[in-house]
Amino acid sequence: MIYLDNSATTKTDPDVLRSFQQVSTTFFANPSSIHSLGGQVEKLYTKARQQAAELLGVNQNEIIFTAGGTEGNNMAIKGAALEHQNRGRHIITTEIEHPSVYEACKGLEKLGFDITYLPVNEQGKISVDELKSAIGKDTILISVIHVNNEMGAIQPIKEIGDIAAKHPKLLFHVDDVQGLGKVPLDLRRNGVDLCTYSGHKIHGLKGTGILYVNKRTKIFPLFHGGNQERALRSGTENVAGAVAMVKALRLVKEKEKAEIDRLYSNRNYLQKALKNMDGVIVNTPEDAAPHIINFSVPGTKPEVIIHMLGEKDIFISTKSACSSKEKDESRILTACGFNKDIAISALRVSLSYETTKEEINEFLQALQNAIIQFKQVME
Amino acid sequence: MQYDHILIRYGEMALKGKNIKKFILQLQQNIQQKLKEFTNVKVKRTQGRMFVILNGHDPDPIIEKCRHIFGIQSLSLAIKVENDAEKIKEAALYALKESSHVRKFKVTVKRINKDFPVRSQEMNQVLGRHLLINTDDFTVDVHQPDMEIKVEIRQEATYITSAVIPGFGGLPVGTSGKSLLLLSGGIDSPVAGFLAMKRGVQLEAIHFHSPPFTSERAKQKVLDLSKQLTAFGGSIKVHIVPFTKLQQEIFREIPDGYAMTVMRRMMLRISEILCEKEGILSMTTGENLGQVASQTMESMNVINAVTNYPILRPLIAMDKSEIIDISKQIGTYETSILPYEDCCTIFVPKSPKTKPKRDKAAYFESKKDFSGLINEAVDGIETIKVSPVKKYDEAFDDLL
Repeated sequence: MIYLDNSATTKTDPDVLRSFQQVSTTFFANPSSIHSLGGQVEKLYTKARQQAAELLGVNQNEIIFTAGGTEGNNMAIKGAALEHQNRGRHIITTEIEHPSVYEACKGLEKLGFDITYLPVNEQGKISVDELKSAIGKDTILISVIHVNNEMGAIQPIKEIGDIAAKHPKLLFHVDDVQGLGKVPLDLRRNGVDLCTYSGHKIHGLKGTGILYVNKRTKIFPLFHGGNQERALRSGTENVAGAVAMVKALRLVKEKEKAEIDRLYSNRNYLQKALKNMDGVIVNTPEDAAPHIINFSVPGTKPEVIIHMLGEKDIFISTKSACSSKEKDESRILTACGFNKDIAISALRVSLSYETTKEEINEFLQALQNAIIQFKQVME
Repeated sequence: MQYDHILIRYGEMALKGKNIKKFILQLQQNIQQKLKEFTNVKVKRTQGRMFVILNGHDPDPIIEKCRHIFGIQSLSLAIKVENDAEKIKEAALYALKESSHVRKFKVTVKRINKDFPVRSQEMNQVLGRHLLINTDDFTVDVHQPDMEIKVEIRQEATYITSAVIPGFGGLPVGTSGKSLLLLSGGIDSPVAGFLAMKRGVQLEAIHFHSPPFTSERAKQKVLDLSKQLTAFGGSIKVHIVPFTKLQQEIFREIPDGYAMTVMRRMMLRISEILCEKEGILSMTTGENLGQVASQTMESMNVINAVTNYPILRPLIAMDKSEIIDISKQIGTYETSILPYEDCCTIFVPKSPKTKPKRDKAAYFESKKDFSGLINEAVDGIETIKVSPVKKYDEAFDDLL
């Protein structure tokens, strides 16, 4: 099997799974219970939080364990909006957000919030000047995706953070689900107040994640209850999930340190080969993240190509998995200004640190055959 | 171009006379100790200040560590360049671009090396102009800048520093002898320990543990608090006293109103014995005048009567809110408020005397011989060395 859909989700690392299993069977007590087993579990949970904080370069009380990216994004956006609606009801985001940000904002519009969706250029980047001029007196939040999940485009987080920092009441949220472990992002230096991470994109488990909440940042909780996680996310702590998340985080950070160059070189190799392939147009810009390549084969149906590759046990995707059930063209590619031919025939390949050059070659060969076969049938 | 030095400015110790050398060497040693894990990082003394030479390390974690070392008034990131106008310009521009939360800046040039051809005033203008031309968004404000870029042209090289990061001040830990901190696990005692350390005191800690009335978690909490305090000094020896038997005996034998007073006197007696054994010269408590029954003037008089060791009470004149502020600042607050019973909360008499008398306390104590139980408690002391090195419990190591 050649799995090239790592932006949709990744294969769980066996070590992560083992940790999850061990914690679930050995340290299963509620960390809030006062008996000694509870004490042990609490200690473990605290260690996990400390380790996460160290890996992300923040304080441990700024780590909120969540159940994943969608939850983190909703918590950050709705939480900031509800908490600070008296300051203002204007939020700035982009046209190329993940649905969990985009739809959360659409939802807030129905409650009377005013949302600015910043357009992007063909490289998938917003204009910092446009962002600057969009900020008004009642702007309370900027929410930007660090690495776009369909295109791999990287947003200028530092510049945005600098602008946000000049407005002390303005919060800055980053969706870093795709960037984690691939494109470094220093939360402190970039003025980030809130940042969403997900476990299953880094070989962790589904249903695990972290929301970074700067210690000065206030958000309104989505879940009320037993006041766990700084009272921002009530609910019995998922200790096994948190431990698994932190373990996956440590492993991916180690990989990033050791193997990021290899990942870039694989991506560049693939990108070059795709550019030289007949009938293929590469949509991902040159300076994108090292693991996502989006390309189109105009005149073909992407679904058919996916199935043809699937027969060879090769798995890639059309647009993001989260929106692939919607028909028609990709919202993200359309936002980038690509024409309809390209936007409806887009395919995405997403690599992991495990992907080998042989796998890439095999994929390229299979893709070429598929395109030829498709064109023969249609003619 | 990147920051390659951290400049360290001394606090009060700069005012010392002939013995200043002792303070400086201790500070240098403390910094070196703290930065042990960073290979190749060097700590160098020069005229009136110190430099940490980064040798390629990321400055942030190193600053974070140094910030907690007493004796440091403030720190700044610095770039060292040759005494060359173009190099200086380049470095100043880097310092400005790397800054965050800055809109208004100011350049201050000090030309200590008079061989440098451009004079300070003129160099100010040259640099200011260079920075304005090469950036957007920034303006010069010499009266209220968000950041001052300091350029020191010295004999050997030029140092460019920017944001000033405040340290905690105080004196280097180890320059004022040892004290035994009575650590209960509440909000006050860690703050008292912190403030004692700020005056150069090296700490050991004593904790009275009464299982099963107090749990392992209460003990762990005290170890955690000690660990948090190690960020400001080095390792701390924590002495855990098995207190159950003695405490039960006190509450059985001593009239209710005096039980708490006598319990405190016993704690001091045990502490004194430990001090003598360990060569410690004083005790430190989190007592705060008027906060609770044991901390009235009368109570302190009666409790203090059992020892003639000096008792440092750094919190004596503070308001509770001030103490809480410090505990939040030093990171002990969240641990302190964890709701475990400790030896002071478990046997609280209904109405402790707020105005006990020395002779009465002595009289009640005389009716029963506690010395056996005191010795037993001292003999049973478990000493745990809490070190600042971040070490995860090995049982959890392979899980994370």
